[in-house]
Amino acid sequence: MADEIKTLSAELARDPHSLVFLRLGDLLRQRGQLDAAHRVALNGLERHPHLADAHDLYARILADKRDYERAFDEWDMARRIAPGHMGALKGLAFLYFKVGDVAQAVAHLEEAERVAPDDFTIQQALAMVRGQPMGSAAARTSGYPGLQPGSPSAPSAPSTPPPAPLPPPPAVAEEPMAPPAGPLEDRRVFAGLEGAQEGLLLLDAAGRVLGGALRDWNGADVTEAVAAYLAGVSLEAGRTAKLLGLGAWTGLAAEGQLGHIHLAQPGPDALLLLVRDRSVPMGRLAIIAQRAAMTARRWLEQQA
Amino acid sequence: MTAAGYARTLDLVTRVRGVRGAMLVSSDDGLVVAEHLMEGIKGSAVAALAASLANRLRRAMVAAGVGASVFWHLQCEQGALLVVPAASAIIVVAVAEPDVNVGLVRLELLRAAEAV
Repeated sequence: MADEIKTLSAELARDPHSLVFLRLGDLLRQRGQLDAAHRVALNGLERHPHLADAHDLYARILADKRDYERAFDEWDMARRIAPGHMGALKGLAFLYFKVGDVAQAVAHLEEAERVAPDDFTIQQALAMVRGQPMGSAAARTSGYPGLQPGSPSAPSAPSTPPPAPLPPPPAVAEEPMAPPAGPLEDRRVFAGLEGAQEGLLLLDAAGRVLGGALRDWNGADVTEAVAAYLAGVSLEAGRTAKLLGLGAWTGLAAEGQLGHIHLAQPGPDALLLLVRDRSVPMGRLAIIAQRAAMTARRWLEQQA
Repeated sequence: MTAAGYARTLDLVTRVRGVRGAMLVSSDDGLVVAEHLMEGIKGSAVAALAASLANRLRRAMVAAGVGASVFWHLQCEQGALLVVPAASAIIVVAVAEPDVNVGLVRLELLRAAEAV
């Protein structure tokens, strides 16, 4: 492998526009040289921004670095460029599965199956994923060899679909996407507030849970899945506000078919989510959110 | 719907005082379908970000068990972005001043979403 890396590096140095960066980046990734792989992929993307395989490679590297949010964006981009891109479909399925969204994981694998109906590994992955209950916290990579982080990953040559059931098994030890707050063992940040036990969630910038909890109407714990999605929402909200010249965003209120949510930023690196059913008017929700944000802000300052 | 029909639909939204512009955006790819914006607003970029944000928010809301979003409102220091997803894979977007009547804009956006 080392020889091949040398050869490919030399070829890329000779012709920076060459597509060998795809192979080189993936070889470096497989060797765990993630920073080098990252540089190669980014340079390649600068030269080939509309190449789905380049986004796929970059997503794999990001996933190995556990930057799942950006990995999601890159696979999403690859899929927009090439809707039937196998690596992107498998990668998105992997991330959905990882956060326990089995329905989305299945949907993406089914799409992959339509693209490559004879691919046995997809059928195998589908069978495994379908074995998980919806929203199960166990719906991660554990217990499934094909989804194990340490399992061998497939090279991502542009014309060679990865043979693994789901792509980029990160080369590092498994860690939950939104782990419990660890040292902050008392997660009752909102003690004394209305809905302190459920329906309030405090996250850090990476989508890790700092306090609170969330259950859906069936009583299933959806805390980590929601936290993972919300990390991206915060970033996108910030970008959008900036682009529009509207200053910093101060809140995001959303009306759903079954309930309402309100997002606030109690601190520069924190996000607060409040969820209530539709009987709570949006205006009242905003007031509750303000109170909760003040409590969270105080609590965050105490932790600093 | 014709281009004139889209324009009429957006016109009803932008007539609300404090609304700086309105757009119809394809939620699948973030491309502008129709727009009626004040000068200085980068329509295509706003469309891409609004669609991306709408998709992320939808996923988070579905995961939280509150269902798909019917209306959402991004509040900022100097204005707001208000969005209603329509049934036809289109989102109706309004950019507004900070003191806009949110309830009124919401109603017009919902009407526009029904029309498209």
